[in-house]
Amino acid sequence: MSKFITETTPNRPVYYDNDPQGDLTTLNLGPTHPATHGVFQNVLQMDGERIVSGVSTIGYIHRAFEKIAEHRPFYQITTLTDRMNYCSSPINNMGWHMTVEKLLGIEMPKRVDYLRVIVMELSRITDHLICNGILGVDTGAFTGFLYLMEEREHIYEIFEEICGARLTTNIGRIGGFERDFNDIAFAKIEKFLAKFPPVLKEFETLFNRNRIFIERTSGVGAVDPETALNYSWSGPILRATGVDYDVRANEPYSSYQDFDFEIPVGTTGDVYDRFILRNEEMWQSLRIIEQAMEKLKKEPKGIFHADVPEFYLPPKEKVYNNMEALIYHFKIVMGEVDTPKTEVYHAVEGGNGELGFYLINDGGRTPYRLHFRRPSFINYQMYAPMSGGMLLSDAIINMSSLNIIAGELDA
Amino acid sequence: MGKIANQEIIDRLNAKFSQQIETISEPYGLLTFETSTALISEVLAFLKTDPELKFNYLTDITAVHYPEKKEALGVIYHLHSLTNNVRVRIKVFITTANPNIPTATTLWEGANWMERETFDFFGINFTGHPNLVRILNVDDMTVFPMRREYQLEDPNRIDKKDYFFGR
Repeated sequence: MSKFITETTPNRPVYYDNDPQGDLTTLNLGPTHPATHGVFQNVLQMDGERIVSGVSTIGYIHRAFEKIAEHRPFYQITTLTDRMNYCSSPINNMGWHMTVEKLLGIEMPKRVDYLRVIVMELSRITDHLICNGILGVDTGAFTGFLYLMEEREHIYEIFEEICGARLTTNIGRIGGFERDFNDIAFAKIEKFLAKFPPVLKEFETLFNRNRIFIERTSGVGAVDPETALNYSWSGPILRATGVDYDVRANEPYSSYQDFDFEIPVGTTGDVYDRFILRNEEMWQSLRIIEQAMEKLKKEPKGIFHADVPEFYLPPKEKVYNNMEALIYHFKIVMGEVDTPKTEVYHAVEGGNGELGFYLINDGGRTPYRLHFRRPSFINYQMYAPMSGGMLLSDAIINMSSLNIIAGELDA
Repeated sequence: MGKIANQEIIDRLNAKFSQQIETISEPYGLLTFETSTALISEVLAFLKTDPELKFNYLTDITAVHYPEKKEALGVIYHLHSLTNNVRVRIKVFITTANPNIPTATTLWEGANWMERETFDFFGINFTGHPNLVRILNVDDMTVFPMRREYQLEDPNRIDKKDYFFGR
């Protein structure tokens, strides 16, 4: 790892005397660069094609979510979480809902848990599809990307059917879903389950044993498990190094303990391993969704939220026609509901790793303090040190396979 | 869930640090305790390297501001023992006048940006940090915006005051 640029006088690199002959070039990779897929700036010191050292500058789309969250009632914070990892926003939404449910001690019906699992696993697939598709594009294979984007579109159509939105979903409510899944949504999920495996199989055929792809990716960005843990990595990139840490298995939430699935791990932690691992995780997600669809058939129909009228926003028809619903609506919106004065940490396995919500509650209308443990932010800090010594083109695919999402990085 | 009971962690800490672990609680099963700036480095190092406990994973570092308290700033660490599958939360309270706390970057490289973020928003000075500069906010910002005295919006606005909402 590079030792040369270690300081920034606010974010401008200080060059130590590592360039006596003036051979090195400074290259601004970003903030807007077509190969970085987001707002990332890295100031690199280059020796020809090779990176000597680098400094990451982040914060270009910082929106002060933690400050805003201190001024919003719980149910309005969901829309903030959408905009963190916007490739898999339903996971963020439900992670937040489950945090509040944990705070309030709400017992969720199994059917809601399974519906949530379906949505979360679908969004995990979209997240991995984007990452692996883009990795293909960055290594020069555009075809696979197009195949996958069609399937991603089908998942977004399912989300559209469930909640009306596609990217920033605001899906569900504290205590469950705002409405039940309709028949079209279930039909679309069934159709996706039938149509997606051949596409993913075809995608794997294009890449897995492709010699150009293997030579391009294998050995790039290899990380050993000790370093990865030392940098607090989580998610697919940590598992690619061989550490089997997955929040879904370690601390099951939303009834993940009812499902039979495997946690794939890699061996070397390089870009190729991460790619294979994400593909394997998609197969596992499909397995989970299939199981959840089976389990749903045994659950009583029509239950889509927990019976907690003091926390779950009632439907508008009831608010206008029913006194109790009106009272609860008023109390929830005006923050009259008493909540425990305590603190809670809840983590879910997001698309990029452990997505944590640390909530300190003082019983008021809004959180006293809400902190998001954002996996992209924590995973990304190793990027500049690990780029030292890499070829520029390798550093680009390394960034793609870390799957850093700018919204989650900057919050 | 965890393979080690919270009480055992407390016993081990007390044996090592002779009752200087304070305000122990377990909100939702997550062991929470307070310690002091003098001890925090040792406590973290002990938790990380103890062969039984093995809290080798630093989940998060963040802070909280209670302006009405004497020691107004709280630095909060979340550690995770992956082998035992158990978490702890450690809090250290410091004053706004003297917001210094030893860095954890000597134990975990990953603490680097977490501490920079905490410095950026709360002005906590992690002594010994290799590069404690702002990370998300603009470089020429002069305040620490997550402290409670800084309003989110124009402070002259009254339409969102809590007393309109019954509080």
